[in-house]
Amino acid sequence: MKLDVDALHLTLPGGHRALAGVSLAVARGERVAVIGPSGAGKTSLLRVLGLALRPTAGALAMADVDPWVLPARALQQLRGRIGLIHQAPPLPPRQRLVTAVLAGRLGAFGLWRGLASLAYPADIAGARAALARLDLAERLFDRCDRLSGGQLQRVGVARVLYQRPDLILADEPVSALDPQLADQTVGELQREAQARSVTLVASLHAVDLALKWFPRIVGLRDGAVVFDCPPVRVSDAMLHELYATESQTLPVQGSAPLARPAPLSRTARRGAQPLCR
Amino acid sequence: MPVGAAAAPRDPALPARVALTVVALLLLWPALELTEFDPRKLFAPDSLRTMGRFLGTFFPLALEADFLGLVLRSALETLALATAGMALAVALAVPLSLAVSDSLSISRLGPSRGARLRRALRLPLRLLLVVMRSIPEIVWALLFVRAVGLGPAAGILAIAINYAGMLGKVYFEIYEAGDTRPARAVLEAGGGRLHAFAYGILPVSLPELVSYTVYRWECAIRASVVMGFVGAGGLGQQMELSMRMLAGGEVATMLIAFFALVMLADGISALLRKVLT
Repeated sequence: MKLDVDALHLTLPGGHRALAGVSLAVARGERVAVIGPSGAGKTSLLRVLGLALRPTAGALAMADVDPWVLPARALQQLRGRIGLIHQAPPLPPRQRLVTAVLAGRLGAFGLWRGLASLAYPADIAGARAALARLDLAERLFDRCDRLSGGQLQRVGVARVLYQRPDLILADEPVSALDPQLADQTVGELQREAQARSVTLVASLHAVDLALKWFPRIVGLRDGAVVFDCPPVRVSDAMLHELYATESQTLPVQGSAPLARPAPLSRTARRGAQPLCR
Repeated sequence: MPVGAAAAPRDPALPARVALTVVALLLLWPALELTEFDPRKLFAPDSLRTMGRFLGTFFPLALEADFLGLVLRSALETLALATAGMALAVALAVPLSLAVSDSLSISRLGPSRGARLRRALRLPLRLLLVVMRSIPEIVWALLFVRAVGLGPAAGILAIAINYAGMLGKVYFEIYEAGDTRPARAVLEAGGGRLHAFAYGILPVSLPELVSYTVYRWECAIRASVVMGFVGAGGLGQQMELSMRMLAGGEVATMLIAFFALVMLADGISALLRKVLT
């Protein structure tokens, strides 16, 4: 799904300005990582793109349509094409994994199939396949409260994979995973995005993960875009400036020095403008 | 104390707590005055003698076989009355509680256009719930006894209306008190209101809903006895007859039967809670 965001502002009910003029154009099938210090507005941006929050000002177009002028039914259908992976997956503790995953496609199921699926799961094979991609297939009939935080986070990913949305939004989708699993999970999201030309927008706390996997990095700070560059042009100086208020070290998950897909030459780095786009 | 060290800060909540206590006492005192509540009257020799005489007639218990048969039949009638009334009340309360619940509102996402209108439309429904529960079941019973005549039907209708009002209010409060994020996540992924309820709210709050419903069923058993006094059938109607004939032994036997019914409800409630959590 194509995304066009122009001068987006969001003021939360408490009066906090979460987004202050974000502009972003994302093509269909593009994969974007959003990084930035905590409180930068990453979650707010994803919630606006997920049509959970309505922007206070600015233009938003999803697949060239302003979602907020759509009639209720069309808006609901559009929401069914968007999958949001939550940092803390909102799964009821007593719900079984199979139900939690199948809930991803309720918009497509329709009312009766959705309700009947509570009596007998509508698509056990599909739910199992989605969980298998995250190594959780054998937990299919376990309850969510039997899982660790990291496993639960992967169930949230499996649910969105099962939903087969045209836009995947991921809010720190691997924050509770160890580096190896985090890498594997982000890889699975990349594979899904590339295989089906799904647009993927993920906020990530670990800079190294973002630089490794995403062809486009957006730095967000104080509710505004600071830079929007391919990873080879994101310099250490830009990162340190982005995270200036936090500690001296950059948030990474691994111990290796920051690696970009292609080595940087000194001249390329010197030529890089802070705002690539 | 070292120079510059501040004293431990005082609890800022203190003034509010003191004020609340004073207000509560000030409100309670006129209430006691107004109702002329005087505990000393209860223990005056005259009152004690009258009560003692009444309690004295309780023994011996009335244990004739045909009377016990009558008690059993009346107890079953009370049970059936309370159960049928509750079933009707639940059938009324569930759709009403779903209709008035804010956390199942699709238009609240964003919020989108019409959210305020829809919120306003929920108000008359909430008012209806208030009316249903603010008129006591005994008044409903008196009303229905005139409409459908003496007997359990009036009691069933009275419980259905009055309890639907209470259940509806408490149900939707339980929905809102639990974790509403799962329901919201379902709505955000294009699911409908009933989907959000079945996949987001029910798994979170089913034990509370069941436990409250069973507690209300116990209350309905007690209420049906009171309503029997105005001719709505069951144990209450028999008890009223026995009281009018000053047959203390019969009253005592029926109180014991009544006690057994409430114990039964208590046991079922405990069992259900254990199964569901």
